[in-house]
Formats: sequence, C-alpha cells, structure tokens
Amino acid sequence: MNDRSPDGEAVWAQHSRLRVVPPVQPRKLAKVPFVELADGRLQGVVSSGSDISRVYVSSIAAGTHNYNCSTNNNRPCGGLYGSPCKHLRSLAAEAVLQYGPGRVARYLRVDVPDGAELIDCLTGAHEPAPAAMVFSRFLRHLAYLEVPTTTMPIPEMHWFPAEEAVR
Amino acid sequence: MLAVQLAELLDHHPEGAGEALALVDGFDDTLVHGLARLADERADALAALAGAFATTPIGERLAEAAAEVASGSIAEEHLTALAGGRAALFGAVHDALLADLDAALGRERGPWQPTQETAPEPGPYGAANPLGGVRSWLRELAITGWRGVDHDLVSAVDQIVEALTAAPGQRRLAVLLDGFAAELRASCPIAAMEHLPVRRWADLWTRAVLLAQDGVPPGEPPRPVGMVSGRLLVLGVDVHEHGTAVQFQVHAVLEPADGGPARLVRTGVTAAKVDTIVGPALWKLVHEHKMLLAALADRRSLEVTDLPLLDSGDLVWHDDRALLGKPADPFTTARLHLAGALAPAAPPLDRVPVRIAEPVLVEGYKVTGDGSFDLGGSVITVDIGRLPSCGPLTPKLVAGSSACVGLVRWDGGRWLLQPLAVQTKVKRETVDVGTGDWARGPTDPKVVKAEARAGDAVAVLRERAGRLLRK
Repeated sequence: MNDRSPDGEAVWAQHSRLRVVPPVQPRKLAKVPFVELADGRLQGVVSSGSDISRVYVSSIAAGTHNYNCSTNNNRPCGGLYGSPCKHLRSLAAEAVLQYGPGRVARYLRVDVPDGAELIDCLTGAHEPAPAAMVFSRFLRHLAYLEVPTTTMPIPEMHWFPAEEAVR
Repeated sequence: MLAVQLAELLDHHPEGAGEALALVDGFDDTLVHGLARLADERADALAALAGAFATTPIGERLAEAAAEVASGSIAEEHLTALAGGRAALFGAVHDALLADLDAALGRERGPWQPTQETAPEPGPYGAANPLGGVRSWLRELAITGWRGVDHDLVSAVDQIVEALTAAPGQRRLAVLLDGFAAELRASCPIAAMEHLPVRRWADLWTRAVLLAQDGVPPGEPPRPVGMVSGRLLVLGVDVHEHGTAVQFQVHAVLEPADGGPARLVRTGVTAAKVDTIVGPALWKLVHEHKMLLAALADRRSLEVTDLPLLDSGDLVWHDDRALLGKPADPFTTARLHLAGALAPAAPPLDRVPVRIAEPVLVEGYKVTGDGSFDLGGSVITVDIGRLPSCGPLTPKLVAGSSACVGLVRWDGGRWLLQPLAVQTKVKRETVDVGTGDWARGPTDPKVVKAEARAGDAVAVLRERAGRLLRK
C-alpha cells in the first residue's frame, strides 16, 4: 500500500497511520534556506551572495504569477529590471528540487512545457508584496531548531510513521 | 512469533470490535461535512454513538451532547463528551486487540498502576491559557468539517502552536497539532480532495480534544512509578516523523539490577525539526545522547542507573546515567528474552489501536510476491512503506531476509509487521541490518557521499538562526 496513490477510498478512509503530506526532497540549503508553498504564494528567503547577514525575501503569487523581491527591511531588490531577479530564479529552482516540478507548477497554476524552466513560463509582473510576513514565517521556521529535545515519550507520534526512504 | 501464534492471531476476531468500529465510522463521517450541516442519517450516527453508552456513567452526558449537536447548539462541552465516547470505543477495541495479541504470543502484561497523584492542579497560565484557544479551534474544525477547511482556518492555529511549544508540559499537544495542521494545510483545498483520511483526522481531532482539557495528566510532566537500574538490551528503534518533529523510540529488554523479571521497555528522544531536515541528518538533532546512539549504531548493551520508569513502560532517558556495555545483537536478545519478558500495561490515554507496537521475532518465513511474510501458511502483511529514511533498511533487504525483529501493529482492520532489523544475505554473507545502524552517521559510502554533496542542513539552518533570530 502506498499512502499517496491509495488503492481505493476505503484504504484512506479507515487507516490511522498514513503519510498525508508528500515528503520533501533533501537539497542544499545554503543559498535558499527557506521555501514554502503557503498563503497563495511560492515564497521564501534567499541568502545574499555578498553580505552574510543580509537576506532577500522573494515571492511569486499563484494564478497571477506577479512577483516581488526585497530585503527583509522592504528595500526593493536592485536586480528586478522588468523580469525576475536571480533571487527569484534561485527560489523557483530550489522549490522544484524540494517539492518536485509537478507540485510547484500545480500550486502556481503554470504550464511548464517539457525541457523549459518554470521561472521562464511565468506571465506576471513586478508587484510589491510585504516581506515582513514571509520573513517572520522564516524566523518561526528557524525557531524550531532552538526548541530543546525531550526524552518524555510522545505517544501521539505513533500517528506519524517515519518518512519512507527514497533510494 | 511462531507459525501457530500467528495463525491464532489471524484467526481470532475480537467480539464486538466490528460493531464498535462501525459506530466510530458513523461519528467520523459527521466530521467530513461538519456538524453545522448534519443530515438526518449523520444525526442518527451521533445518537447511535451515544446509545452505546446508555447504561454507563457517561450515557446521559453523551445523549445530551448528541441531541444538542443535532439541534445545532454545538458547545465545547458537547464536543468533549462526544470525543470521550469515541475514545472509549477505540479504547475497548484496543484492549480486545491487545488481549488477543498477548494470548497468541503468550505474553504476560503487568497491571496498570497509576502514580499516586492528587487531583491535577490547574494549569499555570491564568488568562493566557492556550488550551482555551485550542478547544475553540477544534470546535471550529468540527463545525466546518474537513471539506470546508481553508487556509485561513488552518492558519488560525499557528500562534496557538507557538504558545504551546513554549509552554512547559504541553509538548505532546503542540507536536500533535503542528502535524495535524500541516496535513490540513497541504491538503487545501480539501473540498477538491479525492479521498479523505477520515478515520485518521477524526483520531487526531479526538486526541487533541482530550489533551486540550484543563488538568489532563499530560499537562504536567508525568511522575515516574519508580526508578530502575540494570542492563538494557536493545531490540530496535522505531522512528516517528512529521514536518516539525522526529521521535526515536527504542524498544528494549531491561534486566533489573535487583534481580526481578526482565521487562519490555521503551525509551527515546524527540527533537523539533523542519521539513527540509530529512534522512540520516535526523540523527544529528539528538547528537547529545551519545550513549544511546552508540548502543544503537554499534549494537551494544547499556548499563543504566536510576532511570525514571513511567506507568506506560517508558524509561525517561538520561544519557549521563548510562554506560556502554558488551556487544548485544537484537536477534540474540529477542531469542533469549522476548518470550519471558513482562510487558507494560497501557495507561488510559494510550489505549488506542494506533499505539499497539509489540516487539516480536519472526523466523522461517517465505516472502510472498507482495512482500508479505508467509509463516507456515499464515500470511502477515509487512509494512515496507514505513522503513525510515534515516536508516539502511530497504524493502529489498526485507524481501531477502530470513529473520526479522519487528513491531506488530494493527491498522485498517488488519495486523501488520513493521520491521526494525533483519538478518539477510548480502554478497552471500549473512548480515544484520537495522533501523538504528546509522545513529552515528551513515556507514554506506554511497550515502555518505550523497550527504556530503547535500551539505549539512542542520548546520546551515543553525547558522542562519544564530545570525537572524537574535537581532
């Protein structure tokens, strides 16, 4: 039985231990530490290539494909000359690695012909979007790494079987 | 587990379990479209659930809850009563299943001994009690139904989870809600989803309702029933994982230093994580538990001193109270000790079928075409889809195996075997392969290389956290 291609409704309806969220694939996190499909956008955080303490917040809206890139202090990215900057290109490329091309294309509602890059198939234009929300979601994401481990049993985790190995 | 034991287990069907599950299914169906829009037959399902308790002390409360909800007055107390009814039915199914399994295996199980506790004290939160927020979110979910859940409703729980994660003693509820919310979010728009995990989501909802009650025992760290010392012989490690948490649960046999009977115990560690930390990198999150990881990776026994033992049979791990002992492989441990070891009772809240995970040794089977084990004509499904990505065990190794230490589980109306370690032939040599083999890093050169190429996800994110979080 495979959780994600269920062999019938009954299998899904009557099992308690299932993997409902498709697994994400491992990828290098150095350049784009955070990517998510949330709030109707592909959004994430891209580390600056020149300043180790600066990050860019990049996002692409589902449907309209309008995009934005700015520093976390809302300064517009200098690379946006009427087309997506290198940060947006990195964001899209890493999202495809993490979620697979199909899931990203479906979420953004974009047709990507065989052999084409997703970022080149977008039809939107630059549209300012607030960076603060995405940045705070990234900080919340990072904060998980600061939560201490516990040796108290968590029986609720029995509902969440291990991620299947992809080898 | 011998062929006759498996045959007995598969032949027996607990009396009344089918009826109990039918009542549960009826209730679960009401959550699909929401309690705000109860068609007649779904209102009947609520009444039927309540009816099953008519002659019990909670019968009156359940009948009232079913009637009120059917008439459109959906208060938290009614939902709590209904969740309690569902949990009690599943508790009874759990007890019947576990009794069958114990009977088949000839396994002795100790009685449940509650810790001597006074009535739980009210939570230390006062007005800022996040449990109220949890209950009202769960009420919204129940009213809306899975089909109506959207991004806004899911996101409403984010801040509550954040508060719970920081609150002392609320880790269980926080971890549960975070995993549940992530599933709902990833499934949006749920109205368009083809198949719904109906029982699963009702399970998670019910569990959350129970844990969100003020003064429920998990609210404070559970007090141990005693302190134990002795030799710990590892059987294997069961890995549980969702986007933001991973639990390594070690199954072991404890030989008490005071000479008492050997006991089946569990111990382990849970770490918070993010979804991009997967595979062998997961072990790095718990690196400070050096003795435990070394025992898993090198197959050694452990000498432990004064570990708290909980009423659930869980030892609270303290790495500084353990020393590495002699080599001990799980197959020898299983052959020598599994038959006679005393199994722990399940505390009331743990009496749910998903929690059944009984270690067994299986040998002398034939592997069938779909990967099941045929043991003298009795066939048990092997859960090869759940082999953790942080270890070397693969479906191929399991399919080529001749002996297996695993956990017997029950899900979807049938018994399953979840492998923890197998004896298998690799290049004509018999080797042992287990889920914990990579606890101190992968040993397969191909995987080591792949890990090196991918870079250290934990280190990268810790660096980013160090630079950005404290500004």
